[in-house]
Amino acid sequence: MKVAVCAQDNHIDARVDPRFGRCPYFIVVDLDSGNWEGVQNTGTQSSGGAGVQTAQLLVNRGVNVVLVDRIGPNAIEVLGRAGIQVYGGIHGTVSQSLESYRQGKLTILSRANSPSHGGMGRG
Amino acid sequence: MIIAVASGKGGTGKTTVASSLALVAAEKGEVWFLDCDVEEPNGHIMLKPHWHRKETVRVPVPEINREKCTLCGRCAEVCAFHALVVLPQEVMLFPTMCHSCGGCWHLCPAGAISPGWREIGRVEEGSSGKIGFVHGRLNVGEAISPPLIQAVKKRIRPGVLNIVDAPPGTSCPVIRAVEGADFCLLVTEPTPFGLHDLKLAYEMATQLGVPCGVAVNRSDGNDDPVRQFCHTNNVPLLFQLLQDREVARGYARGIPAVEVRPEWKEHFSALLAFLEKEGYARCAK
Repeated sequence: MKVAVCAQDNHIDARVDPRFGRCPYFIVVDLDSGNWEGVQNTGTQSSGGAGVQTAQLLVNRGVNVVLVDRIGPNAIEVLGRAGIQVYGGIHGTVSQSLESYRQGKLTILSRANSPSHGGMGRG
Repeated sequence: MIIAVASGKGGTGKTTVASSLALVAAEKGEVWFLDCDVEEPNGHIMLKPHWHRKETVRVPVPEINREKCTLCGRCAEVCAFHALVVLPQEVMLFPTMCHSCGGCWHLCPAGAISPGWREIGRVEEGSSGKIGFVHGRLNVGEAISPPLIQAVKKRIRPGVLNIVDAPPGTSCPVIRAVEGADFCLLVTEPTPFGLHDLKLAYEMATQLGVPCGVAVNRSDGNDDPVRQFCHTNNVPLLFQLLQDREVARGYARGIPAVEVRPEWKEHFSALLAFLEKEGYARCAK
């Protein structure tokens, strides 16, 4: 069981990044072994389609669950079709978010909670 | 001859200038007005054309043959716009993100992708008195307008005056509208925003190799910063239209500026004479 968390830095205690498509790193944790690895998000520099590209990255990595704060419509559609569960509203650090997930405190997202291009800083 | 009317900033008066120029030019000869602001065309509100012809515009997008597809992922890899995603059980397409480059159908190793067609909008053609009129209307929700702008510009008539009313800004749609013009009239306003975006629009047109001139709308009669910019860059400041409440009232009711202020016609006649004298009309294809 692999869980990916949107992170601002390449560490298990890094702060979470509120964006999905344009977060710089994913911390991917294997819940069975407890091991984690940082995955650089190559989608951050896209002029468009960052969420779709990022979703493809997680699909290729064989991730089962993604923890996000906000996510856009195209990305959540891809993750949904790939059978990846998305939980929203994380804050604090990656390890705190994982703890909330383990305790069942996060809510599952079935729809986008951010518009297209929400991570581009255009307000 | 093709004259593009453009501006970096929106709302400076491109359509006010372009429609008035068309009306004055039509008193002297054949003229076509091509509204390339296909996301929100408004030239027809001023010129009120009678429509003769409508045509849908389509772009090629990938069609995936599920029987041949091996889910290898090559198409998603080559798509620079991330319009394709390859999942373990299927390929997903986001058609509005596709730029129709053809990379996927040329490079699919299984030969599973072929070009299909998708409608993005329509081109409408008509006439307003002696003015030939063409505009494009992009379908709601579409993100990519340049192919539709290209379809509007296909209606450019050789050997006569064509006025291209460009969208605002300096991005792909504007570049598609302005490229190939013999002259670009940059419309600005005497505000810091107007000047800032005039500089961007000037750089864009210069990179396209299109010679420029500047017109100031809603002028305070002075326009020193714009005048300074034109002087520094050796760009002609062609005319200034004064801030005028009656013209604004007319605009809000769809009445062109030169109908509210017939004395303004001389600015546009002078512009046409300038283009003739400077030889822009002669280098027209």
